[in-house]
Formats: sequence, structure tokens, C-alpha cells
Amino acid sequence: MFELSERPLDGVKLRATLTEPAAGALVIFEGWVRNENEGRPVTGLFYEAEPKLCASEMEKIAGEAKAKFGVLGVRVAHRVGQLAIGEMAVWVGVTAGHRDAAFAGCRYVIDELKKRLPVWKKEHYADQTTRWVGM
Amino acid sequence: MKITIHYFAMLREQARRDEESRETNATTVAELYAELTQAHGFTIPAGNLRAAVNDAFVKMDAPLRDGDVVTFIPPVAGG
Repeated sequence: MFELSERPLDGVKLRATLTEPAAGALVIFEGWVRNENEGRPVTGLFYEAEPKLCASEMEKIAGEAKAKFGVLGVRVAHRVGQLAIGEMAVWVGVTAGHRDAAFAGCRYVIDELKKRLPVWKKEHYADQTTRWVGM
Repeated sequence: MKITIHYFAMLREQARRDEESRETNATTVAELYAELTQAHGFTIPAGNLRAAVNDAFVKMDAPLRDGDVVTFIPPVAGG
């Protein structure tokens, strides 16, 4: 259901783990490392996470998505370590019987995980400085 | 009593370690963070932190017991 990975995320492999015969829709969100933030040129990101709390919090978020929207499957993978521009930092896949629930559930999962998962991000800038985002 | 503390992100850098075991008289998570701020010069205000004890999120006024493992959670930024 949830994994932290030190290696590049493989969207095709992740998608293949969502097998629900009752699913008529799959919505996937991929978050990528962008080359700027708030006007500053970014050269890369370092991600760090607390694995146990991530796993338990992700279980809660998936349970909430199922209760609120009736989604069937929730699968999330997050990268840790040093990432370059264009790399995938997070992959979220949500299946449901129909597209409305799949879109709503996927949106809920990514929004909540950004607010709640113990994952931290250090931005590396073109001028060689760094900053922990939000601290 | 003896408490183990796990550090992440900016706290890990400021403490210059991933974890430590510490004898403390702090009775709550918040008191422990105040003590550690003195020791390590942490710059994140306590009000911006969350904490977990023994792998479960707790409030900052949660009591501490001998042998507890405390994780301080700086503001998160996943995704």
C-alpha cells in the first residue's frame, strides 16, 4: 500500500499492483521535482522520512479516502534521498468503481499526505545554498 | 529517567546526530524539547513541531516515562 524508495519510482510497476476487479477507473498523480520554487532556481531536492510514522499515517489517510469517497484501492510511493530536476518524488494511484470517486479520492490522498506524512524536503538552489522547506 | 530521542531533517543537522539517549528530569515532551533546545540550539519553535512517543503521535504536553522513544517531527513537506 505504501513504500519509501531510495531508487527511482517505476510508475508502470506501481500501477500493476492495483488490481481490483470492481474498479472501473484509475487516477494517478505523479509529483515531480521542479526547477524553481517561489522564484528561486532549484537544482535538486533531498527528501527524508520517518518510515514507521509514514506507514501508519498513510494507512489512516487511505482508510479516510475509502470511507469518504468509496474508493477501492490506494497505492502510494514516495522517494527519499537526493533527487534531480524532473525525477518523480511521489506516485499516488487510486482506483474506484467510477471516475468521480477516483478523481476525488486521488486528490484527497495527495493533499492529505502533503500535510500529514513525516517527510521533509531540503531544496538545493542554483547559488549553492540550501533550505529545509517550511522550517 | 532515560529517554531515547530520534532526530530528523533540520533537527538532525542541528543536533549533529540521528538519535541520542539522555538522562532527563523532563516530565513532558514539551519540557524535553525545551531542554534539548538549550543543549543543541534548535531554532524550530515548539509550537511548529509535532511529536511521537513509541511510534504514535502525541500532544506536546504528553507525559514521559522511563524508556520512552521520542521522535520530534519538524514541519513536513512531502510530495
